[in-house]
Amino acid sequence: MILPGNASCQGCPISMAMRCLDEISKPVLVIPAGCSTVIAGLHPKSAMNGPVVHVPFPSTHSVAAGLSEAYKRIGVKANVVAWMGDGAADIGFAALSASAARKDDLITIVVDNEAYMNTGTQASLSTFWKARTTTSPAGKTEERRNLALIMLAHKADYVATASVGYIRDLRRKFRKAGVMKGFRFIHVHTPCPPGWKFPSEKTVDVARKAVMSGAWILWEYDGKLKLSKAGEKYASKENRIPLEDYLKQGRFSHLSDEEIRELEQKIDEDWELLLRFS
Amino acid sequence: MQRSVRTEGNRNSSGIKKLLTSNEAIAEAVRIAKPDVIAAYPITPQSPIVERLAEMVDSGELDASFVRVESEYSAMAVVHGAATAGARVFTATSSHGLAYMFEMCWWIAGSRLPAVMAVATRSIGAPWNIHGDHTDIMSLRDAGWIIGMAESAQEAFDMTLQAFVVSEEVNIPFAVGIDAFTMSHTAEVVEVRDVRLPKRKQAYRILPDMEVAVNAVTLGDARMRARYDLAVDLEKSAEVIERTDSEFGSYGGLVEKYRLEDAEYAVVMAGGWCGDAKDAIDMLRDEGVKIGMLRLRFIRPFPEKAVKELPSEILVVDRANTGFRGILGIETSSCGVEVKNVVAGLGGLYVDVDRFYNLFRKFVDGKIEKVEWLI
Repeated sequence: MILPGNASCQGCPISMAMRCLDEISKPVLVIPAGCSTVIAGLHPKSAMNGPVVHVPFPSTHSVAAGLSEAYKRIGVKANVVAWMGDGAADIGFAALSASAARKDDLITIVVDNEAYMNTGTQASLSTFWKARTTTSPAGKTEERRNLALIMLAHKADYVATASVGYIRDLRRKFRKAGVMKGFRFIHVHTPCPPGWKFPSEKTVDVARKAVMSGAWILWEYDGKLKLSKAGEKYASKENRIPLEDYLKQGRFSHLSDEEIRELEQKIDEDWELLLRFS
Repeated sequence: MQRSVRTEGNRNSSGIKKLLTSNEAIAEAVRIAKPDVIAAYPITPQSPIVERLAEMVDSGELDASFVRVESEYSAMAVVHGAATAGARVFTATSSHGLAYMFEMCWWIAGSRLPAVMAVATRSIGAPWNIHGDHTDIMSLRDAGWIIGMAESAQEAFDMTLQAFVVSEEVNIPFAVGIDAFTMSHTAEVVEVRDVRLPKRKQAYRILPDMEVAVNAVTLGDARMRARYDLAVDLEKSAEVIERTDSEFGSYGGLVEKYRLEDAEYAVVMAGGWCGDAKDAIDMLRDEGVKIGMLRLRFIRPFPEKAVKELPSEILVVDRANTGFRGILGIETSSCGVEVKNVVAGLGGLYVDVDRFYNLFRKFVDGKIEKVEWLI
């Protein structure tokens, strides 16, 4: 759906995820404010060869629900896709939760770069504990929120996490969501070179290391929670790479060894919590 | 000229007389308008409108989708999305609900999508107050909406139906205001006419497989053009309102002129409380005072022409203020006429016929300052 020559930064993970939208038939994109707004193109041009409805920040799911409901009534087949960053998921959380609870017939794709990147890397609810952002210059003091697990608690029809480091897995999940009905939610890990401060050719590398170190867990739920094949072996700690390898990013350069151990412990707790649902 | 209502008889058809509050009258009008999607969040004193509509949808009386949202913000956003896909849409709100959905009110108007919203006009806090004034609906003034203000349950019924026709012809959302409680919860006899509306039409809709981006980031030229077009079309909507007036109750279009023919003194007001004010005008007329009322049925488009035709002695009685005079006081004086301005009736503070009489008497006696508060 995304055309070449768009306005994304070098090494942008969002444009990588956007390329995978071709797995979903008849998409109608609803995009709130964020990097994706810019990538999708400035008026009167468009970088997407399909319909895009640009909307205000907190309205994404409600506009998407309105579109989906109206298409149903007028007999139009469509996959309404609420395509948002972690920022829109923060500010639009009430609408997201209501949409999931209503089981609106739409696909949500959250491209999570763990901060408000379009406005200049301010901390979001997804920002990693201790990560530096422009509003947490000494490192964030709160832990990240696990959005996908919250969606699972809504008994959404489909919930998955994915990563731009594992495109085949990501494409499979887009494809699967595309042929299902109901409320489908995919949380895509999208490491951001300028925001996280790593070289722009390293996006895939960083994304893979997030999974290999256990910091990003690949799983899906379609009535039953299971770990995705691409990352299931990292459930065992001995299979993981050292966390330090993943943390080689500018936003973590200030961490002490002790803080890294603490981070590791938090990651272990995330695994433990998730596996209770499996 | 294009006929907005195809069915012959809309002009003269008689309906069934029912005892209805303005809330119920609006729900009846919406049923007749056959919307595709309704989304709403409850708020006093609007809630009975959407409760009634939810009952109609559940009983099958009305074939529409009723989307239960978590906030007014989402109510307007759902309506926005559904209208984008080409659905006929309705929502209702009041007070804090309107404030909460304010961003989406701008967005739907800027997107040039037809939509109808009822507003049971209520005070905005702080402090908490659930009673009537016009503070909420007046805040829509700059957003690019058509804003109508009914005076009776019958007019609320007629204006709601007209709203769908006008909104869908000019591609501008339409708000119908009714005074909190004194209208929203007060029963009157309403003639429910089974009017048939034309099919939904709108300037554009977004469908799968279209290669189009709506509301992408613009620079000044496109934004300036969009805002200019909206302003011009909003003024032009007056023609459609006037043209279709006779099919929806013949109220006089943008204004109702009450005993103004030979008037030397004119009172300018809007909303349900005009009824009591008219009684006071009658009392003064009985005493030989040549006074009348220009009731603004519409705040946008603003009835500039009618204001300019007023006699030189003008009193504007406002139920919403700005920190610099009342809102209608400012609007009316911007038409190039001198006005006296009184702010009254905020938060449901009751202005009865006697108080209106005393106020108008003071006005006629030349004892009203440029701006006064009736406290």
